[in-house]
Amino acid sequence: MFVTSAFAQETAPAAAEGDTHAGTAVPTPEHEAFPPFDAKTFPSQILWLVITFGLFYLFLKRVVMPRLGGIIDVRNDRITQDLDHAARLKGEADAAVAAYEQELAEAKANANKIGQQASDAAKAEAEGTRKKLEAELEKKLGEAEASIASIKAKAMKEVGTIAEDTTSAIVEALVGGKADKSEIAAAVKSASR
Amino acid sequence: MAAADKVDPIHQFQIHPIIPLHIGGYDVSFTNSSLFMVITIVLASAFLYWSTASRALIPGRLQSVSEMAYEFVGNMLRDAAGKQGMQFFPLVFSLFMFVLVANLIGLFPYFFTVTSHLIVTFTLAILVIGTVVVYGFAKHGFGFLKLFVPHGVPGYLLPLVVAIEVISFVSRPISLSVRLFANMLAGHITLKVFSGFVVSLSALGAVGIAGSILPLAMAVALTALELLVAFLQAYVFAVLTCMYLNDALHPSH
Repeated sequence: MFVTSAFAQETAPAAAEGDTHAGTAVPTPEHEAFPPFDAKTFPSQILWLVITFGLFYLFLKRVVMPRLGGIIDVRNDRITQDLDHAARLKGEADAAVAAYEQELAEAKANANKIGQQASDAAKAEAEGTRKKLEAELEKKLGEAEASIASIKAKAMKEVGTIAEDTTSAIVEALVGGKADKSEIAAAVKSASR
Repeated sequence: MAAADKVDPIHQFQIHPIIPLHIGGYDVSFTNSSLFMVITIVLASAFLYWSTASRALIPGRLQSVSEMAYEFVGNMLRDAAGKQGMQFFPLVFSLFMFVLVANLIGLFPYFFTVTSHLIVTFTLAILVIGTVVVYGFAKHGFGFLKLFVPHGVPGYLLPLVVAIEVISFVSRPISLSVRLFANMLAGHITLKVFSGFVVSLSALGAVGIAGSILPLAMAVALTALELLVAFLQAYVFAVLTCMYLNDALHPSH
């Protein structure tokens, strides 16, 4: 606006008085102080700053900050809660592992015991069988020995008879004639001693 | 004249009324500055409100941004002023968000930068220092004045040290406000000047268009820098607020 009026001033120096008045009245802002130091605008700026900043302060204090603080608190609570939960679960898992290991150890011990028992029983059975067999063998050995002895005795007796027979035959052959059986027996007996 | 207006780097800081309003002899019109203050708080509030509307346990991207801002400012305040300082969390968070969003909105072409006016940053700084002074005296009574008397200073040096401490305390609102204001103002002027070079050089024909590549590249780089500055200044404002509030909580250092 002042551009046009100033322009008008330049192009038409001999213009009507109204124009020059407009020219001097309107461009005044240009000749005024540097805008930030223009004290005439201070009351308006202070008032509107107080109003807007006051409203802004109240809005932030009453609405925004409780909400933001709430969001962050809830999140922190949630994180703490989750961490606690995780710690508890970890404890439970550790307990479960410990229980499992204990059970495993117990089962191992049981298995060992059962194995030991089984092997002991097997050993004992084997031992019993062995003893029985040994006893049987012993008996059989005794019987065999007895039969050997009886056979031996019989053989020995037969040896006597054979010797007597042989002797009587030798005597017959040598001496001729029959020898007395009882004498021969006695002689064989004494010779075989 | 029209061309001069276009590249006038100060033009962007001009305040003009949208709804004229006069109360008690003061001009309190609803201006473009007021409009962008409203846009700032509406945008910031809407973002914080809608991004957290679902209250998701696992945040989405937008909710993450809100939560990051919240925890960023919260940690900043806790580190600087301890657990007691958390009562000022709403104040520091509002200041940080307001300054940050105002700075960021100001980066858009044709948009007004609320924080490029000294009176705005100064009002915010006075709010901070006022809180420090009022809370300091309410909590510690005259013990708050120990703030100006450091421990272990020899008696003959005490008047000098106290004077220095008082001056440094009084200059705090000035440094706090001027830092933000000057950064915003200088950044926007520089951006405008380089963008203006692009426009005026392009008007010179083919050679000018070729030559305008350099200021264009500068303008792009400056935009990135201004983005950083917008965030950094909001951060600095909030950090210093935290440190000053720490003085109100623990005056004897």
